[in-house]
Formats: sequence, C-alpha cells, structure tokens
Amino acid sequence: MATSAIIFYTIAGVMIIFSLLAVTSRRILRAAVYLLFALAGTAALYFMIDYQFLAAVQLIVYAGGIVVLIIFSILLTTHINEKLEKPAPGKVFITAVLTLGGFVLTVYTLSQHNFIVSDLPQTEATVSHIGEKLLGYGEGGYVLPFEVISILLLAAMIGAIVIAKRKASDS
Amino acid sequence: MKWLYDFSYLTRAIHEGLSTRFEPGTVVILEMVLVGITFMLLFALLGLVLVYAERKVSAVIQQRLGPMRVGKWGTAQTLADVIKLLLKEPLINKDADKFLFNLAPFVIMIAAFMAIAALPFAKGLHAIDFDIGILYVAAVSSLGVIGILLAGWSSNNKYSLIGAMRSGAQIISYELSVALSLLTIVVLTGSLQLSIIVESQANGWWIFKGHIPAMIAFVIFLIASTAETNRGPFDLAEAESELTAGFHTEYSGLKFAFFFLAEFANMFIVAGIGATVFLGGWMPFHIGSWEGFNAIMDFIPPIVWFFGKVGFMIFMMMWFRWTFPRLRIDQLLTLEWKYLLPINLMNIVLMAFLSLMGWHF
Repeated sequence: MATSAIIFYTIAGVMIIFSLLAVTSRRILRAAVYLLFALAGTAALYFMIDYQFLAAVQLIVYAGGIVVLIIFSILLTTHINEKLEKPAPGKVFITAVLTLGGFVLTVYTLSQHNFIVSDLPQTEATVSHIGEKLLGYGEGGYVLPFEVISILLLAAMIGAIVIAKRKASDS
Repeated sequence: MKWLYDFSYLTRAIHEGLSTRFEPGTVVILEMVLVGITFMLLFALLGLVLVYAERKVSAVIQQRLGPMRVGKWGTAQTLADVIKLLLKEPLINKDADKFLFNLAPFVIMIAAFMAIAALPFAKGLHAIDFDIGILYVAAVSSLGVIGILLAGWSSNNKYSLIGAMRSGAQIISYELSVALSLLTIVVLTGSLQLSIIVESQANGWWIFKGHIPAMIAFVIFLIASTAETNRGPFDLAEAESELTAGFHTEYSGLKFAFFFLAEFANMFIVAGIGATVFLGGWMPFHIGSWEGFNAIMDFIPPIVWFFGKVGFMIFMMMWFRWTFPRLRIDQLLTLEWKYLLPINLMNIVLMAFLSLMGWHF
C-alpha cells in the first residue's frame, strides 16, 4: 500500500473512533475533547490533500474557536463528578435503528454512484488566489456574499452587545 | 563550511543519502521521524538554556547572583533540576478526571510542536514552508489554550479552575492583537509565507522600512505575545500569591515539567515569529550602500542572526517579567479591548495607506 493510503486510513480510523466516542461518552467534557480530535482529524485530511488554507480555517474556527467555546461553557456550568444520565433502552433501540438505516442507505448510494474523475486543469488554491476571488466583482467573484455575511456577523455582534449590556437602572 | 550559510546543501545531502538506500515512501516517513527528533532535541536544549537564562536575568535585575553552586557559575543547575523532576512521583488527585488530567500536558506540547515546525531557522533550514505561514501559526497556537483549560478543570481543584478560566479569557483576547499586529506587516509583504516574508527583508528589516506603523505594531506584538504566553506581568493564570500555581497546581514530576517546558517553548516560538516578521528572520543587518560593513555582516552565519534576534526578544520578555507588577484581570481586559485593539485597527489602516502611497522603503 502506498504511504499516502496508509496515512489516510490512519486519520480516517482515528476520526471514526473519536466521533463514536464523542456521542457515547457520558462525561461531557470528555465528549468535547473527543469532538476536538475528530475535527482536528478533518484538518489533517485537508493538509493531506494540500488544501492548507481550508485546514488552517478548520483549525481556527472549529478547534480553536467552537471547541474552546464549548469547553468554556462546560467549565462554567458543570462539576467534575457529574455524569450524563443513561438513556432509556427504548430510545437507544430506536436511535440505533434509525442511524444504522441512514448509514446503510448512505453507503449503498455511494457504492452505486459512478464517480467520474475530473479532467479539468488543477487550479491552485493559494491565499492570494482565494483573496482575489473572495473580493472580486468580476466573473466568478464572491464580493456580494462576502459583504452580506459580514453584515450578518455585524448584526449578530450588535445583538450580543445589546443583550449583554446592563441597563442604567441596574448599576 | 558551505552548509553553514545555506542549509539546503545539508538537507539535500541527507535526502539523497536516504533516497539511495530506501524506497520513496520509507524516505518520507524517515525524514518525518528525523525532523521530529530534531525538534524534540531543540525543545530539550531550549528548556535547559532558557530556564538558566531566566534565573540569571532575574538575579541580575534583583541584584543577586542566582544559581552558583552546581557547576561553574551554576551552569549545571537546570540539568540537576531535570533529573530531580524525572525522579518525582507523578501524583493524581483522587477525584480528578484521570484521562483528561494526563492528556492536558500533551495537548500543550503538541500545539507547541506544530507551531515551531513553521519557523524558518536559517537559509534552507525550514521544516514546512506553508503558503499560509502566519495563518497556520495563528491556528495551531490557538490550540494550546485547550490544554490549559483541560488541566485546570480535570485537577478538581478550585485554584486550578480559576487559573484556567483566567488564562482562557486572557489568551482568547490577546490572540486578536497578536494576529492583527502581524497582519500590519503582511500588508507590506503581500504574502503570508514565512520564507517570502524573510526574503522581502533582504534590503532592510520591516521594523525600519515600515516607519512608525511598523514600530507601533512591534510594540503591540511584544505586549500581546507576552500576554499570550501567560508570562509576567500577565501571569494571572498562575499568580502564585493568589492561586498557588494556577492551572498546574496539582501536577508533579514529568507532567509538571511538560507545562514548564511548554511555557519556554511558546516563548521561543513567539519570539521567533516576531524576529521573522519584524526583525528580518535570519537576514543579516545591512545598511544601504556600506559595502564593507555589509560584507562583514554577511560573514556571520544566518542561524546565528536568527538565534541572536530570538535571544534579544526573549531577553525583552524576561525584562518585562522581572520589572513590571502583575496586572489585575480587569486591567488586563481593559488594556486589550480598549487600548491595544483600537490602536491596532487604526494602525492597519495607516499601514495600508502608507503602502498604497508607496511611502515605505
């Protein structure tokens, strides 16, 4: 087997194991850490296919941002000895059947699909290329979605400040 | 001695030597192992040297002698400390979350290892030269805080938890300033790749070429990176007078040594990034058309320049630690959100204007 295949299957195996652990663990902080490993595995896959920008964004947004936020809220709200309740057997059965059904359906569809190897020329995904496309207003430019998203983020930020702001009478 | 000035001779020789003996796939794995071992040795050496340096610098600032007994001028003191740490019993609290407790020091070390891989040490001595260089460093160094948070929570100790929370709030806020001050220079270089940033400083370092905005960015970088490494005057996370030792109160032996080592490794990494972006990395110091002076500067090998600049940055950070009093948490957050961040944003606009007008060198 080629070296890249070995590396791929190692990363994929680690991701599957930690994804399973993340949903089955009864200690909530451990679940968050397993989720972190699964997300870091995704970043590793992006690094493997040489798409470094997406890998770094994956690390910043998911591992460095969202998981830290989750851990922070767990730190503020739960005690170390707390364990999540065991779900009722009936619920476990129904969920297992549903997820297994979904899994089989997905695998069957994927195995039936005839994947075509693209013969388009490879485009380089360098940072400067991405930046030009992101702010380009010509053919294939993304400046409008970019600006719309930034307005959405601004609105969310103002909303957060308004919620967090103390009223004059409280102080 | 040709390889001392261009390490690609050495690395190419190693690569060719391995390629004649092994298959390509094996060569890749062997080279990864080789790079890993090199960085591990570097970390161990850095730990030994920087701990000794810290103790001596603090001693000079406080008019003491510092360690003097083990070896000549106390040079073997840190070696003795390492042996002591290795022989200590690894204690774990009865109610601690053992898995996370054992994992936390490794998370911090892994983040440090991933970050150091992107540093250009000398010409041709660069483990991975990503197109996204600075973005990559910012991404992986944000993982270190997870280790601190886990260590604080899993210790089942209120001091540790408070230390971890403080440290989390601090690192998340100051990351912004570090990234923005680096971006100020990226406006000039036009690239995030660290090797290109170094090459762009062949005719002068950015701190000189970028005028006042570069100076402001450098000062902000120094303050924010000191805060990001949890060092004094921003060491609220371990504040010994209030929190015993903060997030690593319950750690002993080798795992404590990991936290200790990670602090110095992180200090080295931020100093290295600062030296690369602001002070020209391994580029020698050149003055305009002084041919003779420039030739003498070129004679000093690049790796000496790099470690000299990093040493200068580290000395500044140690100087901060032993001369400034510790900040309160509200002062710390005020400094970042009300002063550094607005100044930084204005500074980027100013730098973009300078760059557009072509007023930089």
